[in-house]
Order: sequence, then structure tokens, then C-alpha cells
Amino acid sequence: MSDTIEAGHGVASAARKDAPPAIILDKVNKWYGTMHVLRDVSLEIAQGERVVVCGPSGSGKSTTIRCINRLETHQEGRIVVDGIELSDDLRSLDAIRREVGMVFQSFNLFPHLTILENCTLAPIWVRKMPKAEAEALAMDYLRRVKIPEQAGKYPGQLSGGQQQRVAIARALCMKPKIMLFDEPTSALDPEMIKEVLDTMVGLAETGMTMICVTHEMGFARQVADRVVFMDRGEVVEQGPPDSLFENPRTERLKTFLSQILRGH
Amino acid sequence: MSGATADPRLAAARAVPKKRMRLSWSDPALRGIVWQVVIVALVVLGIWWLVSNTRHNLEVRRIATGFGFLWREAGLPIGEHLIDYSPTDTYFRALLVGVLNTLRVAIVGIVLATILGTLIGVARLSKNWLLAKLSAVYVEVLRDLPLLLQLLFWYAMLQGLPGPRQALHPAEGVYLSNRGLKLPGLVWEPAHGWALAAFLIGLVATYFYRRSALAKQMADGRPRPVWPAALGFLVVLPVAVWAALGAPWTVDWPALRGFNIQGGLTLSPEYFALLLGLVLYTAAFIAEIVRSGIMAVQLGQWEAAQALGLRPGQVLRRIVLPQALRVIIPPMTSQYLNLTKNSSLAVAIGYQDIVSIANTTLNQTGQAIEGVAIIMGVYLTISLSISLFMNWYNKRIALVER
Repeated sequence: MSDTIEAGHGVASAARKDAPPAIILDKVNKWYGTMHVLRDVSLEIAQGERVVVCGPSGSGKSTTIRCINRLETHQEGRIVVDGIELSDDLRSLDAIRREVGMVFQSFNLFPHLTILENCTLAPIWVRKMPKAEAEALAMDYLRRVKIPEQAGKYPGQLSGGQQQRVAIARALCMKPKIMLFDEPTSALDPEMIKEVLDTMVGLAETGMTMICVTHEMGFARQVADRVVFMDRGEVVEQGPPDSLFENPRTERLKTFLSQILRGH
Repeated sequence: MSGATADPRLAAARAVPKKRMRLSWSDPALRGIVWQVVIVALVVLGIWWLVSNTRHNLEVRRIATGFGFLWREAGLPIGEHLIDYSPTDTYFRALLVGVLNTLRVAIVGIVLATILGTLIGVARLSKNWLLAKLSAVYVEVLRDLPLLLQLLFWYAMLQGLPGPRQALHPAEGVYLSNRGLKLPGLVWEPAHGWALAAFLIGLVATYFYRRSALAKQMADGRPRPVWPAALGFLVVLPVAVWAALGAPWTVDWPALRGFNIQGGLTLSPEYFALLLGLVLYTAAFIAEIVRSGIMAVQLGQWEAAQALGLRPGQVLRRIVLPQALRVIIPPMTSQYLNLTKNSSLAVAIGYQDIVSIANTTLNQTGQAIEGVAIIMGVYLTISLSISLFMNWYNKRIALVER
């Protein structure tokens, strides 16, 4: 098992069960052609809750979180984000994307812009922020992810781990209420995984609502309020990380856990 | 690291050892020098042979060299000329007409081919199956057939049109016959010149307005629309100037008189066929260049920009185009050069471009070397101008990589 982060002190839960939920997925179904990739996926995520989604490849976990900011469209069911129902209405789409930040497996920094410009682009053009203010904000977040000295460089000049930290800072510059992580460490060399996970733990400590697709079980144990296990487009099992990993109830989760144990 | 503190012995130890040349064929430095000397010698020898051979032949045939013939009367009729010309003018003026005719087809051709090629390239990426397949067929057919064949085809098609008396007449003042396309023309008056000048000033004003609007947005964050100012500068201002000068408006309508259609603007069948052929042919290549440029931008770039809340137009403008253009510009330059040089195939269908006129000049005067030198000089000048401009533009949008 990958224990890049020692299962030491956990991050105290910030989930607010009393407040209205941050995200509701209600019987969401999706097909690619005839392939049924999401089957009746229902999830409710509280404000400040941190959820880790895991499962074998092709289980629909990435598709699920990509539906939340509508990079993918679902065909049946409802998705409500921050009180706004996802629909074809462009205004609701704009509103949701402003509140939901996303970090990708392959970083997807804009190679023709400097690190600082990567971070200020959306605040300036989407939030209509003055440039000086956006730059101050960006520098603040670049300091938090510990790379302010790289601000003038271009993404191609940074290591993978640095690029992913910039991607996190870029998303945070929009001051989102919810952060989505789509396998943020899968494309990284082992020695760079820790710096990115540390950044994410730091973010968790601020009480951000986070959904994270990852196989980093150490991270899940330390940070997650809940782990959701998906297989073949379905939510198979969910619960607090310790009980889920120690006492898997379903055969599918047992198989998955034994596979990732063998893999590491 | 500073030199002042260094112990001299330490400094000597750190110095890069001087590389010594070995007199051996296995030394790459020596090999490099030998090859360069050999190649330079061959080039000089070749030039010397060409020059001495030419001089000898010219002497034997008693041909005088020099460009004095340029000031003699040309006596050569030219059907299409952008500047005043009659056969009693000099060869120089005839050649100038030829250069302008070449530029007329090249510039219009480059603009149209870029627009058409971009549309087809984007259409080939469309999710609409029919549109994508039609574009693919267009590209494959047009770029696989020789341009000369296509030019002859279009010219034959235009020759197959009915004569002036039975001309196709799709709209008032528009006639299409085997004598070319006739369109209504505006009788040019000074007021139009002033209006055009006002438009150009408006263009500059719009540019500066946009710059200042952007600077203000960067200062306070509030976006300012540019289009109202652009409308004022580019439409209202020229129209106001034109109206203030009496709003002259005389249209020269083409009409059938005798055996031909007189008046109006004329696009000759030769020009029309050449333009059509060059544009359709080059657009096929440009379509592929545009397609490859857009495909070179990873889908992840779209997704990341959209996830940040950028609108599709903003994604295209700020993320995709800057990256696609850097892939598109260098091969696009080659296509612009190709189109310009391919316009010399005008000779085949009787459009009088620089090659056609220089060729006639060369036949009439016997000044073959000067004639060919003029053609080469003209194409070299045009091509280098295009290259310089495109290289400057390419540098401006170049990407910093690791």
C-alpha cells in the first residue's frame, strides 16, 4: 500500500451536516453510446466534507466528478451543486464553474502563459478582478503551495510536482467553494507525490469541500471523512476510511484492496 | 564566486582546458573545416564557370547586355492594367503592370485562401458527419490534382459560358459571360478618397481605444466593450465625412451595347480562373494546416480553461488560438509563398502577370538574361517580404519551452 503520507494524526473533520449539502447526485446515469458508464449513482456531500473516490480503472470515478462541473453531461438523474441544478442553461453552468475548482491528472497548465498568468487568467477574465489585485492573490496562493519564486517562469520549465502545485494554486485563485481532484498524483514520479499530497492536506485543513479521485490510501486515511468505492459505474460501498479498508463487506472491494496492496 | 577572493592557483585549476587541434582525420573539428573549404571551393568554381560561359556565349552571338531596353517603347498590348497603360509606353511600365497584376492575384488569393482554408479545416473537425466528410473529400481531391490541370479546367469552364448577348444575368447589374464577370462599379470621386482616409484613421483610433480599454480593465477589473467605439470610428466617421462632402453616389451600371457589355467593373475570365484555381488549390493545403494546428492543442487545455469558468469564446481566444497559431504559422508561410509563385502558371491561361509580360519582353528584345533576372528579382522581393513578415509574426507568438 502506498503510504507516502504516514497515517499519523488525521485532519479534523470540517463537515457541516446541518448546512444544506454542497453536492447532491441523485440517481445519475450516463452512457457512452451503448456503454452504460454510470448506473444510478447517488451521493450527497456535505459542506466541508472530504470524500475520496476509489475503484479500478473504468469504474466511472473520474466520469462522476467530471459530471459535477459538467465537463461531461449526464443523461438521467439530477446533479445539484451549491444549490444550483445542472442543466443546459449557460448561466447556471457559468455559476457552477466559478464555484468548483478542478485539478487534473495531467496538470493542464497553459504552456504559453507564465505561472503567474496561469493563475491570474480566470480571476481577471471571469471574476473581472483588477490585474494588480489578481496578481497579489495569485502570489499569495503560490506562496501557500511554496513556489512563489517560480511565478515568472513558464510551465515547461517546472517539474511535474511543481506544475501540479501551480494547478492547485490556479484553481484556488478563483476562490472556489468545492475542489475536485482527478487522480492528481497518478502522473507524478514517486518523489514528487508527497509534495502534492502535502499541499492537499494543507488545503483540507482550511475546511475546503474536497472530492478526490485517488489511490493514495495514506492520504485517504489521514484526510477523508468518507471513502466511496466505485466499480463498473456503481457506488458499491462507502464509509469512513478505517472501517472501509479494514472490514470490506463486499467481494468486489476485497478484490480491489488486495490488488492495490499487491501493486505496491 | 567573485574573482577577487580567488586564490590564483585555484583559479588556474578551475580554468577550462584549452582544446588543441589535432592534425588527424578522426578529429571532428578538423573534418568540419576541411568539408567547409571543399564546399566553398565548389560553389565558387560553379559560379565562375557559369559567368565565363555566359560571357563567352554572349560575345559569340554579339548580344549587348544591360537594362537600357527598359526605357524603349514596348508596343505590347496588355488587356488588364491597374495603372494607365498603352502599348506606346515603355517596357519598364509594362513590367510594372505585370508586377501589379501578379500582386493583385497573389494578395487577393492569399486572403481568400486563408479564409476558405480555415473554414474547411474547422469543418473537417466538425461533429457533423456530412460536413466533415465533404471537407475531407474536398481536401483530398483538390490537393491531389496538379494545379495546372485545375487552372485549365476552370478556364475551360469559364470559356464555356454563353457570349455577352446571352450572358447569365442573376441580379441587376451582374453579368456572367465568356468575357468575364461584370459588376456595377462606383464612379470614384474625391469624397470617396476622404471617406477611405477617415476609415483608415478610424482603424488606428480603434486600435488605440482597444488598448486603453484593456489597460483600464486591468486597473479596475471592469470590462469595457470595444464595439460601440469601433462602430463609431469605422462606420459613422467615414459615412459622416462622405456625407459632409455632398454624398456623391454615381453607379456605373454595366449594360449590353453592341456586341459586348460595357461599363462597370470587369473581372476577366483569365483573372477569375487563375484566382479561383489558386484559391481552391491552396485552401486544401491550408485546411490541413489549420486542422493539424487545432488538433495539436490537447483536449485538456479546453477542459482546464472551461473548468476555470472561461466561456468558449474566451477559451478559443486566450488558450487555443495562441497555441494553435504557433503550429500553424510556419507551414502557412510556405503556402503563401507557394500561392504567389504558383501565380506564374498564369502564362498557361493567358493572364498577363509578370512572367507573361517579362517573357514577351524577352522575346521582343532578346534580353534573355535581363528578363529572367527581372522575374527572379520580382519573386524574390515578394517572397522575402512575405517571409520577413511571417517570421516577425511567428517570433511574436513563439512559445517559451524548457
